[in-house]
Amino acid sequence: MNNHEPLIHIARRDGLVWWRAWCVRLVSLILALLVSALFIYSITKLNPAKVYAAMWEGAFGSARRAWITARDASILLCIGVGLAPAFMMRFWNVGAEGQMLMGGCATAAVLIYCGGALSTFQLLLLSAVVSVAAGAVWGVIPAFFKARWNTNETLFTLMMNYIAIQITCFLVALWENPKGSNSVGVINQQTQAGWLPALFGKQYLLNVVIVLALTVAMYLYLKYTKHGYEISVVGESENTARYAGISVKRVIVRTMALSGAVCGLSGFIAVAGASHTISTSTAGGRGFTAIIVAWMAKFNTFVMIVIALLLVFLEKGAVQIASQFHLNDYASDVVTGIILFFLLGSEFFIQYTVRFRSHSQKNEEVEA
Amino acid sequence: MTQLVSLLTNAIVFGTVILYGALGEIVTEKSGNLNLGVPGIMYLGGIAGLAAAFFYEMHAAAPIGWVGLVISFLAAVAASMLGGLVYAFLTITLRANQNVTGLTLTIFGAGLANLFGGSLNALAGGVGQISVAVTSRAYRAYSHTLSGLGWVGQLLFSFGFMAYLAIALALLANWFLNRSRVGLNLRAVGEDPATADAAGVNVTRYKYLATCVGAGVSGLGGLYYAMDYIKGTWSTDGTIEALGWLAVALVIFATWRPARAIWSAYLFGVLYWAYNYISGLSRASIELFKMLPYIVTILVLVAVSLRRSKEAQPPKSLGLSYFREER
Repeated sequence: MNNHEPLIHIARRDGLVWWRAWCVRLVSLILALLVSALFIYSITKLNPAKVYAAMWEGAFGSARRAWITARDASILLCIGVGLAPAFMMRFWNVGAEGQMLMGGCATAAVLIYCGGALSTFQLLLLSAVVSVAAGAVWGVIPAFFKARWNTNETLFTLMMNYIAIQITCFLVALWENPKGSNSVGVINQQTQAGWLPALFGKQYLLNVVIVLALTVAMYLYLKYTKHGYEISVVGESENTARYAGISVKRVIVRTMALSGAVCGLSGFIAVAGASHTISTSTAGGRGFTAIIVAWMAKFNTFVMIVIALLLVFLEKGAVQIASQFHLNDYASDVVTGIILFFLLGSEFFIQYTVRFRSHSQKNEEVEA
Repeated sequence: MTQLVSLLTNAIVFGTVILYGALGEIVTEKSGNLNLGVPGIMYLGGIAGLAAAFFYEMHAAAPIGWVGLVISFLAAVAASMLGGLVYAFLTITLRANQNVTGLTLTIFGAGLANLFGGSLNALAGGVGQISVAVTSRAYRAYSHTLSGLGWVGQLLFSFGFMAYLAIALALLANWFLNRSRVGLNLRAVGEDPATADAAGVNVTRYKYLATCVGAGVSGLGGLYYAMDYIKGTWSTDGTIEALGWLAVALVIFATWRPARAIWSAYLFGVLYWAYNYISGLSRASIELFKMLPYIVTILVLVAVSLRRSKEAQPPKSLGLSYFREER
């Protein structure tokens, strides 16, 4: 017998049945909730069960709160949907924050400069188009350099975020209203020109409908179209793609234009459909959170719905706890962080099997 | 002249914060780990140092500056190394994606730091903002005789000890990565882990150590920010996060070379503060000025990929996790 056999033997699984994979994720989620409860208990000394009840109250306690949760989850989902094609291509678009802000700025510009001149329908159409274009441009710039000179896209898109943030700060200072407030205020507050209208009397229903439509469309695009197929081939291996006659450069630029466009549209929804103002908190880190949403869902846009809802639920819940116990809202980021750590770690147990020394020998005998 | 000296002194203080962040990240990235958790780690370092000094000053009858300094320094290094350990465990042992893990660490670190930074005083039964005046004074102590020597003294001797420590660490890292055997092994791991593995280098151990030590150094940036830059207080305005990303940018700008990071960091400081010394700028155009460091970084990134010079490239396996069986 070989004495040097390591204690732990790790091997890649051929693939786990889907329900067992979800069981692993569920177990890790429960573990994460336990750890978070422990953390919250250690600083608030509150019964953890009550904590989660309070969190539920914060996210879904009233119709208004539930709608706000739905509104925020749909924006997060929209960015995640935008990131899906880029990630499927193994293009690390960490620039969603910037792409969303550029879309938001474009929408705000249309609402401010054309607010009195056009009808609301025209305004919405124009601002949607302009924000899609702005987001696409922000996505294409790094893609062009990646395709042409193989410039590192993770670092490039990351830097583009901060340029977008400074442009937003610049515009906020330019448009500030009233002077000296350092904020743009609610745009077109009296006329509500260019605001996404309420559907069936529900203010945020239209946001949710638009995003769900996008979610379905993106799923179909990635799964059943030629473009989607090309994206997945480029993601698997650029050499294979080249050999198969796919123009890798064109696919990279085209896919990033799409990715940036959808992220830009999320900026449009956030400005025209939710906050009706523009500031750096229009994105407020959601561009980064969405990266995690898109990655965890493995490019499946329907799974993203679940993850986006979970994250927004945690955020709203933690804000509720924080206000009840005079902590600040950052408690939600801590809980989000803990849960994401666990979920990220759980993927390992889905993709690999771990066997200990004595075990592995027995197993090998059985297999033999 | 006084204008220029004051710009340069501000730039050096600013540069020191991101120099720490960037030095840690260079060591980490040289092992092939792209840790986007730098802002989170800097947050962890800052809050741990601040909290340690806070509790020391609260419980000691007559707090002594240098004792608070040692305690907070150790706490900052320990906390940020713990942050690095979480990242290392997830990405190296559990092979989670590096970008996503790093971003999560940033969210977590920022959340934890701002939670405690904002409410530590309330939790401890005090009122108002947290403040550690005694310890902070120790961090900011410098020799007044030397700094009194005109503008030379101002420029060279008017900083707390951590500004000099950063330079020393950068030179040390430079020697380590270019001259020492361990450092060369580390670079081999970052370039091509399979080859390093075949040559008998323990890839996992190198990656773990580089990531944790790197995180410890990055965390010092947060400590310097909390203790020196904002003088032993805390603010939840997200500045550390912006500085953390700037530190990531600095790594690229310095093309992964610690010695070059020194002057690059000060250059970033000059670029960042330049608007203060140009008269007649509106508030709006100041915001445009602040994007200069990022634009310059992008230009460097593009130039590096255009020139294809072997020396200036990112480590070849940057961002990829290594699994021996999948070579």
